[in-house]
Amino acid sequence: MVSDRSRLGFYLLLAPILLWLVVLIILPHIGLFLVSISEKIGPREYETGFDNYAVFFTEPLYWRTFARTAIMSIMTTALTLILGFPIAYYIAKLTRGRTKTTLFLMCMIPFWVSELVRTFGWMILLRETGVISNTLQYLGLVNGPIEMLYNDAAIMVGLVYTSILFMVVPLVTTLDSLDDSLIEAGYDLGGTSTSIMREIVIPHAMPGIVSGCIVVFMLSLGNYLTPILLGGKDSLWFTGMIYTQFITRFNWELGSAFGFLLLALSSLVVFLGLKFSGQSLSETMGRP
Amino acid sequence: MKYSLVSSFVVASLLTAHTAQAETLRLLTWGGYAPEEVIAKFEAETGHTVEVTTSNNEEMIAKLRATNGGGFDLAQPSQDRITSAQEEFGIYKPIDMSRVNADLFIPSMLSATAGNTTFDGDVYGLPHVWGTSGLVVNTAMAGDVQDYTDLCDASVAGKVSYRLKRPTLIGFAYSMGLDPFAAYGDADAYQGILDQVEAKLTECKPNVKTYWGGGDEIKNLLRSGEVVASMAWDTGGWQLNADNPDITFVAPEAGALGWIDTFVLPARGRADDAAYDWINFVMQPEIAAMITNTAGNFTAAVDGDAGVSADLKARYQGSFDQTAIDNIKWYPPVPAGLEALEGATLDRINAAN
Repeated sequence: MVSDRSRLGFYLLLAPILLWLVVLIILPHIGLFLVSISEKIGPREYETGFDNYAVFFTEPLYWRTFARTAIMSIMTTALTLILGFPIAYYIAKLTRGRTKTTLFLMCMIPFWVSELVRTFGWMILLRETGVISNTLQYLGLVNGPIEMLYNDAAIMVGLVYTSILFMVVPLVTTLDSLDDSLIEAGYDLGGTSTSIMREIVIPHAMPGIVSGCIVVFMLSLGNYLTPILLGGKDSLWFTGMIYTQFITRFNWELGSAFGFLLLALSSLVVFLGLKFSGQSLSETMGRP
Repeated sequence: MKYSLVSSFVVASLLTAHTAQAETLRLLTWGGYAPEEVIAKFEAETGHTVEVTTSNNEEMIAKLRATNGGGFDLAQPSQDRITSAQEEFGIYKPIDMSRVNADLFIPSMLSATAGNTTFDGDVYGLPHVWGTSGLVVNTAMAGDVQDYTDLCDASVAGKVSYRLKRPTLIGFAYSMGLDPFAAYGDADAYQGILDQVEAKLTECKPNVKTYWGGGDEIKNLLRSGEVVASMAWDTGGWQLNADNPDITFVAPEAGALGWIDTFVLPARGRADDAAYDWINFVMQPEIAAMITNTAGNFTAAVDGDAGVSADLKARYQGSFDQTAIDNIKWYPPVPAGLEALEGATLDRINAAN
């Protein structure tokens, strides 16, 4: 009786997550998959087949855009890690009490406004008649207005800014759990700053690094707003292509196929990343 | 307690009985086509309530396609995008002309739109607002830009913007002496035109600062002076003209591209009564003038221009003399499948270096 009741409780607690997964994730994906394997041969006439997937591989534009998106997302992830690690180390190890909370809070404050507003902020700073260009002219460092918007560097800046919090938080958590005495012991045994960083701090923080990287990579790869607003005339982004297929080309079939390819290829990149860093998914997601 | 429950039930059912005539009109339209004051007047007069969703041609079709024509009671796509969408997705239902007050419409526009939106013998669209797209130019800095291809001139290098969408392809084709509308029915001939335009736009790419996406984006670029010549809608140019007299809409030598936004009934709309009431309400001359004053474009209503502000009329006349009006290229209905060809061309231009 008791076990029956506890089992009921278990299922009741499980229900929301199951509903979430089935109704909002699995069912739409099944529908999307069915759309992606229907080929249009005429108005309201469809055939089942994998032509839409073939288009991705035969048309260089599509897979090049995907490769571009993936490579830029990986670069964003690396940059975010390089910028985020010192910040996280400082917050976790070199500050105490109220300072720590304040610094942590300051990392979060930009995320209290929407992504759109943050991106527009960058547009105001970087555009030809924007704050940075005008300041440089005022200081006499440049002669005419300079355009910093509408290129790949602007996209990188936007993406790093958008995702850095998701790198700092897991890093702070893992670094917090590293006992200071281990670092002191390292110094006592004659270690240098670099060797301690390499032998003690980074191995301990590895799960945080990997989980932060996964989140940042996924966020950048799936970002739509930042690349569209900050990017220029050559800056294609894969999510933008999916939007175009769905909305302006009325080609849901190809758009769905692209969606699945994005899912598959991003999973592959994450899998390879885990393999190369020697981490397992359960370890990175479970430990911090 | 019980009595109060019963009585509140009675009151509630009386209320619903009373409002059975009044419906909620879910309107899918463009920004500016349903101003607050017009909605307030309509609600006071008919008792219906109006919910407005603003959108653009492609999104309207995509939204209605997602629901098989449900979720909205009245939509306003351009007339050239109706028959192909109906043929492919079946998202509209025919207009019942007996419920429309045809006297309110300019007869030539009503019949032209009816002709362009007839599918399988049924009429699907009524004309509402019309306008053009052409060039919006800062005349002080780029006075030489008179035609679409002038955007590729070295004198405006790096200070040009246009959309990477079908009007750009068509405008450039006309400017290059081609006739894309005549080739609509012939996929091979149209592809030939697209190939020439693709070569031109690829060559022109270094001149472009950025491809704009939304109306506000291009207005910002022109207002700040970062862009001095662009392809855009006439209203955008006239709005900017109010702030900066140098910027205005120029009807290109090859002809401005004319569009008519319509009224269509989504296939699974629920409030047809309210939809017809709205159509007959907004086509009254004084209401049509209110819409022209906010949207900036003229309507198909008889005498609809009488109450339009003098400023707007002056700007309109400044951009269009009689020859420019006669030279407007009106979009014919887009055959189904043509967008796929254009899409591939646009993708290649976007990817070209």
